[in-house]
This record gives sequence, C-alpha cells and structure tokens, in this order.
Amino acid sequence: MDFLKTTVKDLHQELVNKSLSVADLTQATLDHIKATDDRYEAFITLMETNALEQAKKIDQAGVSSAQMLAGIPFGIKDNMVTKGVQTTAASRMLHDFKPIYDATVLERLSQAGAIGVGKLNMDEFAMGSTTETSYYKQTKNAWDQTKIPGGSSGGSAVSVAAGQVPFALGSDTGGSIRQPAAFNGVVGLKPTYGRVSRWGLIAFASSLDQIGPITRTVEDNALVLNAIAGYDARDQTSSKQTVPDFTANLTGNIKGMKIAIPKEYFGDGVDPKVVSVVKAGIAQLEALGAHVEEVSLPHTKYGVAAYYILGSSEASSNLQRFDGIRYGFRAENVQTLEDLYVQTRSQGFGDEVKRRIMLGTYSLSAGSYDAYFKKAAQVRTLIADEFEQVFGQYDLIVAPTTPNIAYGFGENQDDPQVAYMNDALTIPVNLAGLPGMSINAGFIDGLPVGMQLIGNRFEEAKIYQAAYAFEQATRLFDKIPGGDQ
Amino acid sequence: MTSNNITPAEVEHVANLAKLTLTESEKMAFTNQLDKIFEVVDTLSEVDTDGIEPTYSMTDGANKLRSDEAINANQRTELLKNAPETQETLIKVPAILTAGEDK
Repeated sequence: MDFLKTTVKDLHQELVNKSLSVADLTQATLDHIKATDDRYEAFITLMETNALEQAKKIDQAGVSSAQMLAGIPFGIKDNMVTKGVQTTAASRMLHDFKPIYDATVLERLSQAGAIGVGKLNMDEFAMGSTTETSYYKQTKNAWDQTKIPGGSSGGSAVSVAAGQVPFALGSDTGGSIRQPAAFNGVVGLKPTYGRVSRWGLIAFASSLDQIGPITRTVEDNALVLNAIAGYDARDQTSSKQTVPDFTANLTGNIKGMKIAIPKEYFGDGVDPKVVSVVKAGIAQLEALGAHVEEVSLPHTKYGVAAYYILGSSEASSNLQRFDGIRYGFRAENVQTLEDLYVQTRSQGFGDEVKRRIMLGTYSLSAGSYDAYFKKAAQVRTLIADEFEQVFGQYDLIVAPTTPNIAYGFGENQDDPQVAYMNDALTIPVNLAGLPGMSINAGFIDGLPVGMQLIGNRFEEAKIYQAAYAFEQATRLFDKIPGGDQ
Repeated sequence: MTSNNITPAEVEHVANLAKLTLTESEKMAFTNQLDKIFEVVDTLSEVDTDGIEPTYSMTDGANKLRSDEAINANQRTELLKNAPETQETLIKVPAILTAGEDK
C-alpha cells in the first residue's frame, strides 16, 4: 500500500469492502512508522499493543459505510493524555507520566473506531515554533530533512506529510497546528475556541489553546472535526454551539463568496516569494468565482506582543502545578520542600519553558500587571473587534500562514525575538478565538508554502468550502515528499 | 524604542517568584533575551487603549452548571502510582523546615 498517498476516505472504502482488514492496516502502519521514523523522528511513543487489540475488536464488529473513521490509524500530539500510555508533553518533567484517563478528543475518536497508534513529538509543553525545544528528539521536515518541521505540532504535521499516518491531532496556541502544516504542505485546522474540548490537553495558555486535525486533504480534515467537535461538560470553556456536518459544503463551488485580503499580512517581514505564491492562490480562488477585496487590520502588528504577555502569563500560572509532588519528575538530594520545588522545576523544565514562565511571572507581578497583562488584554479586544468588523462584510480572510518557508535547524534559536515573529500571521486568530486553516498553496525551492483561511467564529464550514474548492482545482496534494515535484 | 532594560537583579527576583534557580550564565542569558522580548512587548504602549475593556477569554457564555449528581470518582490507587514517592496511601515529601533553620 502506498501510505504516502492514501487518504482517510480511500482507506475507509477499502475497510468497508473488506479488501483490507483493520488488523492488517494497523500492523502495516506500525511497521511503516518503524521503518521510516529514523528519518523523520516524529514519534516519541508507539502504542502498539493498544492499537492491535483495538483493531481486532473492530474487525470482529465490522466497518459499516457510515463509520468514516472506524479502523483508521492516527497519531496524537504528546500533550494529550492517554490512559496508561506515557504522556510527556516532550518534557523531562513528565518523562514517567502515565495518565489515568483519556482526553475527550481521544474518547470521541475511540467511539468513532479510530485507532491511536502513537504519541508525536512536539516543542516542550507546546512552546516553540520549530520542535527544537523537545526534550526527546529533533523531528525533521517531511520534504527536506535538513529543515525544521515547524512547531509546536511538528511531529503531527510530519507524520501525516511523510505518510506515516493518514491523520494526526495537533494543538494550536499561537499557530502550532497551522505553521507546521504550512511547512510540511498538509491541511491543518485550528477550530474556533470552544469548538473542541480541551479536557485532557496539558494546558499551555488556556484562553488560546485549541485541539485540531492535521490531514492530507480537506475532506479528511472535515471528517475528523466531525468526530471531535461538540460540547463537553468537563471543559468549562466548551461551547454548546450546534455542530454541523463539516463535509456538507464540499461542492467545489464558491461562486459569490466574499474574501477579504488584509494588507498587513503581506507587508514587511513576509518573504516576497511567499507573497507571490499566496497571491497566485488568491487569484485561483477568484477564478473559481470568489469576490476578493483588500482590507486593513491595523492592529495586526501588536498581536505578537499581546500574545507573548497573555500566553506566557497563563503558562506561568498553568505550569505551577509541576512541583515534583504528585506526578512527574522529582529532583533528588534536596533538603526541604521549598528546595524540592525549586530544584525539580529548574532541572525539569527546558530553557524555552523557563523563559516563558519568567516572562509571564514578570507580567503578572506587582507593578507590571496593569502595564503589561491588562494592556495586552485590551489590545486583544481591539484585534478581536477588527476581525468582527471584517466578518460583518466578508465570508473569509485569506493570507499567508507564515512569513517564510521552513528554514535550517538552529537558525533562530539564539534570538527568541526573531523566532517569535514567525508566528505573527497566525497569532491574531488565537487572540480572537477564530477558526483558521493552513493549506498548501504551492512550492518554493521544493518546500511547501502555506495559505491561511480564516473564518468567523463557528464558521469552519466556510473555510472547508473554500479550501476544498482550491484543493480540487489545484490538486497539489498529488505532490508528495520525495516524489515528482 | 523605549526598552524596559531588564536587569539581572530583576531576573533573579522573578526566578524566585517562579520557583526557579538560575546559574550565573543562565541569569545573563535570560536578562539579554527578556530585554529583547520587552523591546517587542513595549510597542503595546503605542496603542491607545483608554476605555477599552480587556478580553481575558473568548468563550461564549458564563459558567456552565452540571446537574448535582454524585459520582464515585475515587481513583486514589491509580493516582498514587504516578507519585514519585509514597508511603501507604500518602505522598511522601521532604520536611518543610530543616533542623538548622531556626538559627
């Protein structure tokens, strides 16, 4: 089987026809991961026993044509808790941690019959945009192993792009699904804040984090969102908004759709080659019948600053729970309880995590709260209001996902300021709680370029509609890493 | 650009609040890096936010209530398996005070 090209939908058809058994598919997937992961280093933990047991059960019950995800293998970013399976958030702090429950998204995928095959590498506690801050390994870009995969869901994006699994779950706090999806040429959606339960997601910044699917095609992405979306009483921020069938608008028709192009997303700091590929993508949408107009989102340039204050402040609060007492890493040879906290945290966290804890603690400390934390939250209001005005007149916003294509390892590690700017085009979406998707718009020097489609709150269906029309018109997913480009 | 000019002393103070300890070289590195980050952060001061309500969350409602039904959620044995050091049904930690601390 050619895993590199197989979509969820194709696999589903084979499982329904019984031309393939779930057990064989699961075993073949595990074998394929083992055979290829030296090259990509996308996985931290394989869930071999669990996966094969579950596969056997599904084979016994049979796969009906209505069960779109039954028997389909998938990968899980290692910040979603898995019952009895090591869950690390790519941190030394959680090296030995085996949760006693499954995250809601995993319960739902399990009910749909999908089979989790392994836990994927990421930036430590989802902090980073290169997957270089992982305690465990350095995941490589699916298209060029000398380049970063993007982050923090680097393992998730690479596992899909490299054909190891047909879909994976990622999480996105400031662009962590969309940016690695862009760098690896796959489809990555950050749903509306509240659309997908965060119960069982190891928290980074609770008001920004959202789980979403990474897939090869737009239709596959909609199928996965169908399975994981919806209200969950265990997450206080989960929305009761109705969940439509996200595949309903996949017609290829976008005639009359109104698309806004924010000029700030094409300005200084964005590679002109990226601009030109994305502008060609927009011209394609126009050719398909969309009305395209330029708009202005003047507060975009303050998004990164507001994000780093708010995100880091929430992180410093969320990460207080890692104290070496109840679970996770504990420092040895300490004298007092206070010493245990300090030594555990100093040895257990990596530099990027410490940097953000410090930034957050500073922002929340006496004398800084109004000047930084409150100010950033006010700027967040302005950014959200600006989007709301645009969505009063337009269906979608289209822009580049990232200012650059994937770059070499270590290039921005010494200067967090530069690394942080890589998220400038994805961050405003998280601040405003909007849904955003990255799809492949083309290539520069053999590396993918992401085009970002941003929708109004709870209007993922419009994003899927436009993305599907673009994908069917261009069929860029036929180009695969290592294949004919 | 108005830089906040973070000092090593401030970095040390913040590390203490965050229950972290830094080596001298970490302290210098974090001072430089946080200083650079605050160059970006300080651009927020350009924005007129007079009278603007802060947004702390994008949720679409107030607290949600569940029905008041008791469930047996006792998972003590399972939870204790993750604790680094236990004794019977308790988690073991070092003493709060050392013998010599009341000098």
